[in-house]
Amino acid sequence: MSTAVEQAVADAHRREWTFVLAATVRVTRDIDLAEECVQDAYVAALDAWERTGIPRKPGAWLTTAAKRKAINAIERQVVLRSKLPLLVEPEETTMDETGYDAVPDDRLRLVFTCCHPALAREAQIALTLRLICGMTTPDIARSFLISETTMAARITRAKKKIAAARIPYRVPEANELPDRLDAVLSVIHLLYSAGHTTPTGEHLVRADLVERALHLTGMLRDLMPDETEVRGLLALLLVTDARRATRTDDQGRLVLLEDQDRSAWDRAAIAEGHRLIVDVLRRGRPGRFTLQAAIASVHARAPSYAETDWPEVLALYDALLAVWPTPVVSLNRAVAVAMVEGPTAALSLVGGVEDDGRLGGYPYLPAVKADLLRRLGRHQEAAAAYRAALDLVDNDAEREFLVRRLASVPTDES
Amino acid sequence: MPQYAILQYAPTPGDAQDIPTEEMDAFLRYSDLLQEKGTQILAGHALQSSETATTVRGELVTDGPFLESKEVLAGFCIIEAADLDHALEAAKLNPATWRGAVEVRPILG
Repeated sequence: MSTAVEQAVADAHRREWTFVLAATVRVTRDIDLAEECVQDAYVAALDAWERTGIPRKPGAWLTTAAKRKAINAIERQVVLRSKLPLLVEPEETTMDETGYDAVPDDRLRLVFTCCHPALAREAQIALTLRLICGMTTPDIARSFLISETTMAARITRAKKKIAAARIPYRVPEANELPDRLDAVLSVIHLLYSAGHTTPTGEHLVRADLVERALHLTGMLRDLMPDETEVRGLLALLLVTDARRATRTDDQGRLVLLEDQDRSAWDRAAIAEGHRLIVDVLRRGRPGRFTLQAAIASVHARAPSYAETDWPEVLALYDALLAVWPTPVVSLNRAVAVAMVEGPTAALSLVGGVEDDGRLGGYPYLPAVKADLLRRLGRHQEAAAAYRAALDLVDNDAEREFLVRRLASVPTDES
Repeated sequence: MPQYAILQYAPTPGDAQDIPTEEMDAFLRYSDLLQEKGTQILAGHALQSSETATTVRGELVTDGPFLESKEVLAGFCIIEAADLDHALEAAKLNPATWRGAVEVRPILG
């Protein structure tokens, strides 16, 4: 088998999987059967492209092949299948053998089905990776450091609910779209975050999840060009990811924003993110992803930590808190307050977040508090807060960082 | 059309006498409301208070509801809906969601 064909099939898997699966689901209205047919089509491509050459539009070839397999399977099983609940699909669909260009794009339907609010967030994430990204179940399990059996059960259960409860295969109507899109963007952002800071385990960055998240957001931007929050998320991921190489040192230890080597940041990604943000802000009423991106962008474009435009950061946090009032935003806003008004003002805000109680298990809360106390010279309290943060982290890089911080706190109370 | 059960949960003991007047009025209008949305109630019943419940497990008969909790099953209705989104739309209009919650379950078959 030639490497060129293997490479072409691998490329088509990465680039076209979602399209091929989404178009096939429209025919089968059964996710499992569609997946099986799409897998078979990719396997068949290895052989067929060797004999006949790599087609000009691999996605079209694969879609046609997968749909044919689906139609054959449905004809074979028509009696059995009439007993099974099928995906609900509102309009009549017609088969179009010419494929690609004539086929309406079903990728969005698949995305909204996978991220339906009737599915648990963890199921949404697993289904998105499995069905939208075409990741294998063992790979997904590895990414989230859970057993393959658990992940397989999670995916099976979610697929079963989609079929049994009849979660529809469609893009939500305009009145529901903002909420439903927010759920989709949250799933992608969680994927990115899971890759960016793996919640447990040895390495801080899990590159494959990060790239999947970036790829998915780019796809959504192309499919929904008028949705500003999609651009906002894309900008957020680009700007955050531009600092990826500098977030850990050679030994894999965490490096704080203030100590990162700014010359190593990806300037092209930061500039692209900035363009997206400016474009969305000009349209007015930015959402939470755009505002988070704008904050990240102020940091990314500052010549140094000290020269960061902290009043601008604080103003953006005020706007963010207005559209998305969560305790995590309040905590991050307190960090900006510390830079503008000093640690005392920030500490009282952190106290308010503590009293709120919702961030009880969140390690950054005691870590921020510890840092403020340290700057105020309240060493004993700072050490206690660092220890509280240590009890809550699972990530080795973050734990190591906190241990270093704790060690740097003077032990004599002055 | 697929059928769904909307199981209505209310604060314990789920006595119909505790239902505020506005909620009761809304229950009386619920069926018409759903018809406007293209859904239909096939059957619907309110239950007597959970203090009247008896639980049977195997041979054992005990006084009280199956689960002791802050909220209890207080009624149910069976609706026809095109898909889960359609059923959830109907569920959101159910007045039981004001003081308690409803659970939507697809009916087997």
